[in-house]
Amino acid sequence: MTELALTVNGEARRVPAPATIKDLLDRLGLDGRGVVVELNRRIVRRPEHTETPLRDGDAVELVHFVGGG
Amino acid sequence: MEHILDVAADLPLTVGEHRFQSRLFVGTGKYRSNAEMLAAIEASGADCVTVAVRRVDLDRTKEAGILHHLDPEKYFLLANTAGCYSAEEAVRYARLGREAGFNDFVKLEVIGDKETLLPDVAGLLEAARVLAGEGFRVLAYTNDDLITALRLEDAGCAAVMPLASPIGSGLGMLNPYSIRTIKHRLSVPVIVDAGVGTASDACLVMEQGVDGILMNTALAEAEDPVLMARAMRLATEAGRLAYLAGRMPKREVAVPSSPVRGMLS
Repeated sequence: MTELALTVNGEARRVPAPATIKDLLDRLGLDGRGVVVELNRRIVRRPEHTETPLRDGDAVELVHFVGGG
Repeated sequence: MEHILDVAADLPLTVGEHRFQSRLFVGTGKYRSNAEMLAAIEASGADCVTVAVRRVDLDRTKEAGILHHLDPEKYFLLANTAGCYSAEEAVRYARLGREAGFNDFVKLEVIGDKETLLPDVAGLLEAARVLAGEGFRVLAYTNDDLITALRLEDAGCAAVMPLASPIGSGLGMLNPYSIRTIKHRLSVPVIVDAGVGTASDACLVMEQGVDGILMNTALAEAEDPVLMARAMRLATEAGRLAYLAGRMPKREVAVPSSPVRGMLS
């Protein structure tokens, strides 16, 4: 497989295989600071980003703080 | 008699083990610009500001989150679970918020109805128990209902946040009796959240003896949010001092302030 089909923040995205969470963040221009990653509903902490591989069909959520009351 | 000359001499509001400098907490939503938000927060004197957890906009990742505008060294960031309609969803957001943030505090909201944004108290209690069990300091947004407030305290909440009136309504405090009763009966801090519209509302809330007040829309939707933030700061302090001072009793008859003796014949 040359590409992984992911769902990132509810959108279909394809990334070259193999890829880690860190690779995905780099491709999206996110440096990981202030961004929390949830992989298939499980939070993946920042130190684990480089060693956590993505698999075909994974659902990734990338969240951060925004203004709110 | 020892006099409390100003709010600085008042005991600080402590939630969990954290001491807050100001009894006024403010939100960060709905401002016209980040610059205006920052100026309003500064004018409010608040050291605790609430934030929400949302998806990163993947097409506009350069327009980063609020952390690029708010200094977490300067402000205590209180993550909320706004927009969550079930205990499960709120717990998920709270965990994400703890990971994104700098503390284990969460302003827990489990909303039950889209029109009124009133809380789902069954879901709220369920989420509060789970999160308190995971070590969160839970500040629970709830109805102005004593029994729910007592149950939330039993569930391990660090503070209970009854509403003055519905979120974003600006209707002011609808039930001062309920707010007072909740304050009298709870041991944990009571921070009134939501519904205040203007300075007199904030003052009246604080005059009930509650420990603090949280607001967002009253500042963000004021014509001049910075000026309103200053007014809210003064009103919160005035209400607190008036409560500490102890008001005179209300009477149904007039009592003259000037001597009745010594009048000319």
